Amino acid sequence: MSTMAGRVRKAPENFLQGEGVHTAAAQARAGRRDFIRSAFAAAASGVAASAALAQAPVGEGDPAILKLPAHSTGLGQPVATDGYGKPSRYEANVQRRQSPGLTQTRQASVSFAPLQSLFGIVTPSGLHFERHHQGWWDIDPSQHRFMVNGLVKAAKVFTMDELMRLPSVSRFHFIECGANTGMEWGNVAVPTVQYTHGMLSCSEFTGVPLITLLEMAGADLRKGRFALAEGADGSSMTRTIPMELIESGEVLVAYGQNGEMLRPEQGYPLRLVVPGVQGVSWVKYLRRVEVGDQPWAAKDEAVHYIDLMPDGLHRQYTSTQECKSVVTTPSGGQMLLDQGFYNITGLAWSGRGKVRRVDVSVDGGRNWRTARLESPVLSKCLTRFNIDWVWDGQPAIIQSRAMDETGYVQPTYPQLRAVRGTRSIYHNNAIQSWAVQPSGEVANVQLS
Amino acid sequence: MFSCRDGLRAVAAAALCAGLGAQAQGAGAYPGIGRDATPKEVAAWDIDVRPDFQGLPAGSGSVQRGQDVWEAKCASCHGVFGESNEVFSPLVGGTTPEDIQTGRVARLNDKGFPGRTTLMKVATVSTLWDYIHRAMPWNQPKSLSSDDVYAVTAYLLNLGGIVPDDFTLSDRNIAEAQARMPNRNGMTTRHALWPGPEFAPGRKPDTAAKACMHDCPVGLEVASRLPDFARNNHGNLADQNRLVGAQHGVQTAPAAPAKPADAKPQAPTALLEKNACTACHAVDSKLVGPAFADIGKKYAGRADYIAGRIRAGSSGVWGSVAMPPQASLSDGDAQAIARWLAGMAKP
Repeated sequence: MSTMAGRVRKAPENFLQGEGVHTAAAQARAGRRDFIRSAFAAAASGVAASAALAQAPVGEGDPAILKLPAHSTGLGQPVATDGYGKPSRYEANVQRRQSPGLTQTRQASVSFAPLQSLFGIVTPSGLHFERHHQGWWDIDPSQHRFMVNGLVKAAKVFTMDELMRLPSVSRFHFIECGANTGMEWGNVAVPTVQYTHGMLSCSEFTGVPLITLLEMAGADLRKGRFALAEGADGSSMTRTIPMELIESGEVLVAYGQNGEMLRPEQGYPLRLVVPGVQGVSWVKYLRRVEVGDQPWAAKDEAVHYIDLMPDGLHRQYTSTQECKSVVTTPSGGQMLLDQGFYNITGLAWSGRGKVRRVDVSVDGGRNWRTARLESPVLSKCLTRFNIDWVWDGQPAIIQSRAMDETGYVQPTYPQLRAVRGTRSIYHNNAIQSWAVQPSGEVANVQLS
Repeated sequence: MFSCRDGLRAVAAAALCAGLGAQAQGAGAYPGIGRDATPKEVAAWDIDVRPDFQGLPAGSGSVQRGQDVWEAKCASCHGVFGESNEVFSPLVGGTTPEDIQTGRVARLNDKGFPGRTTLMKVATVSTLWDYIHRAMPWNQPKSLSSDDVYAVTAYLLNLGGIVPDDFTLSDRNIAEAQARMPNRNGMTTRHALWPGPEFAPGRKPDTAAKACMHDCPVGLEVASRLPDFARNNHGNLADQNRLVGAQHGVQTAPAAPAKPADAKPQAPTALLEKNACTACHAVDSKLVGPAFADIGKKYAGRADYIAGRIRAGSSGVWGSVAMPPQASLSDGDAQAIARWLAGMAKP
């Protein structure tokens, strides 16, 4: 195994698969009870050394430097070895994943994006989270049609060729499932940010504003204050969209995602983009939009995607994803390799506009510092934040708290539960806590 | 993008643009793109049914007929009485005759009640009709006739005590069923999460957190965390993080022993998925139906027998949920799957 000099010791490759990790993990488990109750007491100093994992001295020098590797002394691969390039084979751990036991079938299920391994704000299309209600399809775009009907002068049909002839716009937006973080309403249920927050992705979408197509059909926008979007797949997902949002020009009939066509799992060749609104409204395999004067109470707005309140009423037509943030590293299921400098980084977003500010706490929310927002900061889009942190080996609880341009501040769990209880499944935007233990292991926790 | 300059060179079109405003910006702005839909095309796709029953086709179906359709096409996933929790959340249960009177499901106030069935939640009978019609049965969506949808809806309502055993549901009396929906008064739109002015204009968000910066009054007790036994429930977290980086993943699983050479035949995954077998079966674990591995063990070497049971359906061998006949499966596919199953248990 290689070693490197420097104040902050880097771990050699595969370092975590060795016996040392088992030891560290065992120590972390044993140390847990010591640290939980007095999370910030200096008393924990006795166990703080467990993160000091043994590393051989450099000696004459690092073999990774002294002994030239094959890639420095041989001929590499030719161009176009692969007509569509793939990630390095060393990135095989970075995968979207199912949460075991969450669903009984793989056609009506979810896979979560690996937020702990992503940089910046764009989700690689192949890692975009998936939510299918009746399985996904790869549809021949030459046979796909899009229809506009309802309160219109003349119902219209468009081919993909025609939609792609129209003036297009390209915009970055987040998409978050309304049930993201839904497993955590009552208590901690899953270990990592992939499972707590991974029904979240962000892409540059390219398409035609829906309002253009409605106007081409002569839509009655005075009476028709609602639109129904419908998919072409087996579930033929339907959702009601407010006309005001469509009139703003934000709602897109999109075919492009991150410079290429949509992926089949994301609705190839056509999906609705409804910025700021939960993912279920971003109807995939979009075949039809109907203009109407009433909402539709479709299955996914009358049986599911309704939020149970403490008084036994369900909130219906909840759509907006409120301001939310999460630290993606360090995060649950990770191990800090040593004391010293770390960059705390994460994502913030709001369905009501731009993120104005993100604060970060490392003491469970008692004291906060304002993080750097990296550009670009766009409306209804993920925003990346970063803040410096020097870990002294003591227990810490890392949190982030976002504020959007309306002045809305992301709530804590106690604040959210006080109004919504714990049974609403959807729209959990509470502040996330990650406990850093003296061993360096990070755990998902919720505070009183 | 709606400027009159775009795409409008003809004098006539320019005059339209000047004179007619929005209409010109719409249809006239992009000549040559889109065409009128034919009435038959609209009818083929415009299948939605609203709470006011706009879109509901004429027709009818009895509870009795609904039971027949249900047992043939629905019970394998939802259970004979709509009570099954094996594949999807239960449809029926948790409602009372009192709820039908009040239109509010009292159980929704019972925080100890384990789950919510569809009939406990849904306020609008149109939702059931629309969804069954567009998306069920889930491996053959849109295959039910309108009358079958009325019948299945009637059966479902009957299971919930909403309509009597001798009821025939139709477009003419569906409003009567609506008036008895147990949770018909159970929805509210008084919230700030609808991005339009229709339901609760001007409503403020329901939390009003403040961005305190120093010595904030917060609880610091850890109230919840994963128990030790659940540590590896999501698989080895070391394998779910990049090999390099500021943090690595925590090893939650013991180091795996070297994998023995896999002598078993490869699963015909594409066939299994194409024919929706995986909707109910998994390789190593029981879902609705038995694990493929268990079938392979029980009928080792009996490919012809297995192929026959796949085609004809099967009941009573593995549990209460029957497998319906798989008539749409080709002989070739059935044989290929059966050969794989029959060969699975080979040493």
